[in-house]
Amino acid sequence: MESPTPSPPSFPTVYLAQRPVARWPDQLFFVVILIFAISIIALALAIVAILVYNSQQSFRVFGWGFLVSSTWNPNAQIFGALPFVVGTLLTSAIALLIALPLSLGSAIFLTTVAPRWLRGPLGTAVELLAAIPSVIYGFWGLWIVVPFMRSTVNPALQQSLGWTGAFSGPNTGFGVLTASIILAVMIVPTISAISRDTLAAVPATQKEAALSLGATTWETTRVAMIPYSRSGIVGGVILGLGRAIGETMAVLMVIGNSDKLPLSLIGNGSTISTLIANELLSNTGPLQISAILECGLVLMLISLAVNVGARLLVWRFAGGQGGKAE
Amino acid sequence: MKFDRFARRKLLSHTITVLAGLTVVAVLYPLVDIVYVAFVHGGGVLFQATFLTARNPTPCSVVSCASVGIAPDIEGTAAMVGLAALISVPIGVLAAILASEYRTGGFGRAVSFTADVLSGVPSILMGAFVYGYLVIENPALVETAISGGLALSAIMIPIVTRTTEEALRTVPNSMREAAIALGISKWKMTLRIVLVSALPGVVTGVLLAIMRATGEAAPLIVTVGFSNLPFDSLSAYNRPAGSLPVLIYNFALSPYSNWLDLAWGAVLFLLIAILIVNVLSRYVIHRMTVKMSGGS
Repeated sequence: MESPTPSPPSFPTVYLAQRPVARWPDQLFFVVILIFAISIIALALAIVAILVYNSQQSFRVFGWGFLVSSTWNPNAQIFGALPFVVGTLLTSAIALLIALPLSLGSAIFLTTVAPRWLRGPLGTAVELLAAIPSVIYGFWGLWIVVPFMRSTVNPALQQSLGWTGAFSGPNTGFGVLTASIILAVMIVPTISAISRDTLAAVPATQKEAALSLGATTWETTRVAMIPYSRSGIVGGVILGLGRAIGETMAVLMVIGNSDKLPLSLIGNGSTISTLIANELLSNTGPLQISAILECGLVLMLISLAVNVGARLLVWRFAGGQGGKAE
Repeated sequence: MKFDRFARRKLLSHTITVLAGLTVVAVLYPLVDIVYVAFVHGGGVLFQATFLTARNPTPCSVVSCASVGIAPDIEGTAAMVGLAALISVPIGVLAAILASEYRTGGFGRAVSFTADVLSGVPSILMGAFVYGYLVIENPALVETAISGGLALSAIMIPIVTRTTEEALRTVPNSMREAAIALGISKWKMTLRIVLVSALPGVVTGVLLAIMRATGEAAPLIVTVGFSNLPFDSLSAYNRPAGSLPVLIYNFALSPYSNWLDLAWGAVLFLLIAILIVNVLSRYVIHRMTVKMSGGS
């Protein structure tokens, strides 16, 4: 800390200048981890780039019409993405409709009603649902849910709602509705865990204010807690949607796998991910590979939009810590 | 009149409470049922002496049903997940160090945001990506265990990054300051003090990523395919390989009862492994968070 002048230069400059430790190991270490960090961003870009590159051939042949054509015929080498895009959006939407009340109900129960000793174990159990591999959900769906749909749910729906025409056709137990139900089971833990975290983060003063005005438990939840954690809940819902959109194995094993547009909720269908799983390795040639990967690009763009949107919401809410459920 | 209204409000509140309780039952029912069904159908198979060591059987109609086993699939899964871990752990851990320990003017934040978004990319697309890359660059590697390992590593990288970053953030700043005050250089401080303190959390994150990759079937059926051949040498990386999740998928609708039994046994085996690792890792993370926040 010696200085020739009465007014010394700022402290850090002098300190660094006299420091005996070599600085190059620090710089080398930084460069190394920088390379690895860049590789993560490169991976994200590479995924999009590879899918774009492979889609070129299909795009040249079918153009934008690819997205709205409902013909998928490998024998004639004519490909259109519509059946799979519709299947993906339809199954995800129905799954979300089923999962939303279940997730919110369980999140509210776990944050406001359940006794404290029960919250930990029940919360862990809900999160364990997210850890089960999707092929096991598919297996369970195939042997437990499909027979149950065939024997009980589908006949009841055909009896009561048959007039709508949405449940026509042969009842095999497989189909769009069965896939949606399994998807709902799979996305509940995602939505529920994030909703629970954001509900639990509501400040006590917020609840106490409502309670002191004479609100009941439900009114406190509705007036003081849900509005406060809305953006977190919405983020959780969108993350759940993202999971439903890309889910493969569970859907693959129960949806019935048809290349046609789904005409009935109990009829067979396909999603983009089941198309990739079914036909990529058993393709009939480069044009089919290209068409399948163009469908993959569509899925990638949908999933990126959903994920970026959801994470911006959850990040804003949680101050950069991200969601807990993965 | 006033009393009536209050009674009605209380009734509504209680009704919703009960309904919310019922949703918890509905949500947890599948978990209970999956475990129950897996034990009922898979228990008898899994606890046979030869199940984990025997090779895939020929169908019962051809030979006797004696020795059923999933050894090639355990080997294949271990080989591909091992390759994926070798690739993804260094990338994930080092990238997380940059995101958590260095001021990079938003770049670190961009890295962890990218990792977060990548962890939401459907796993089938990781398979499609690796397939699409190899089909252009090196078609000989399509349908090999190497391509499966690559696809699994793309799934593991974002998970390892995120969990490592979270573990590093639980290390109190006072430890970093103490280390720097003693004159240690930053890279040594990061590796020997911060990373070592966060090690239980990092290891847990790696384990969770490994279990996630172990259960993935979708990226494997578009890259590796399936095979009954044993995974007995490094050269086996150059051909299709079996794996537990793909075995479950392939044999799910098998007409041969012993193939179906194999699938049920594999379901139970995977389920037990994954539930145990998850419960244990939750315990470790919980203890670490308590310890760190207590010490700061």
